[in-house]
Amino acid sequence: MRLEYDVTAGDFTRAGNASSAIKKTLKQLGVSPAVIKRVVVAVYEAEVNIVAHSYGGHITAEVAPEGISVVLADTGPGIPDVQKAMQKGFSTASKEVREMGFGAGMGLPNIQENADDLKIETEVGRGTTLTIYIKF
Amino acid sequence: MKMRDIAAAVNGEVLCGAGRLDEEVDYAFASDLMSDVLTIKTNDFLLITGLANVQSVRTAEMSDVEYILFVRGKDVTEEMTGLAEDNGMVVIRTDYSMFKTSGILYGAGLKPVY
Repeated sequence: MRLEYDVTAGDFTRAGNASSAIKKTLKQLGVSPAVIKRVVVAVYEAEVNIVAHSYGGHITAEVAPEGISVVLADTGPGIPDVQKAMQKGFSTASKEVREMGFGAGMGLPNIQENADDLKIETEVGRGTTLTIYIKF
Repeated sequence: MKMRDIAAAVNGEVLCGAGRLDEEVDYAFASDLMSDVLTIKTNDFLLITGLANVQSVRTAEMSDVEYILFVRGKDVTEEMTGLAEDNGMVVIRTDYSMFKTSGILYGAGLKPVY
């Protein structure tokens, strides 16, 4: 099963719509609540990152019997130093993002913690693609 | 602790989920930082927050948290209560500060998640 969503940059009122839809689908499929929570927390953090840092992006979730793979691709500034971005507490978020309760440099580390596999492909000036895989 | 008793202890106003006030919750976590809320591995806790926007309700939804207590008398918009209702949450608002709210509820027996 394939699910697809567009993510608009800067639209914080809609940030989380894709994660919410993925959550509902996984619930309907009878995936265990503990696994669903890991999936949606990881995808939600990544979705908020697209809203906060990019010029817009697209989420594609592939649901298979053994697990879920979610690709979050954005066009945007990219991440100049991925190692630094993976450190807890490192953030380049704007004041607006912080006012929404994010941007404390917790997102990428938390995605990694919840994912069984996380791949980050990024090019400065072009954008970033995250691939999150979580086993059922 | 029953949600009804939590609301009464902080002189709170129930904004949605009035039919679920007899439900019990044992743990609470207080934060304005949603990224911290998203690191909590358990689900069954009361989220105490002064961050009143759609993303605080969204964060509760993603974390499977069904009970939210907004502190510092923050405005809770219809959009927020609408999203909370869609997800079957109980939402309470109090004029008390986060420190006072947390102190009262800790004293009443609500446990910290860590």
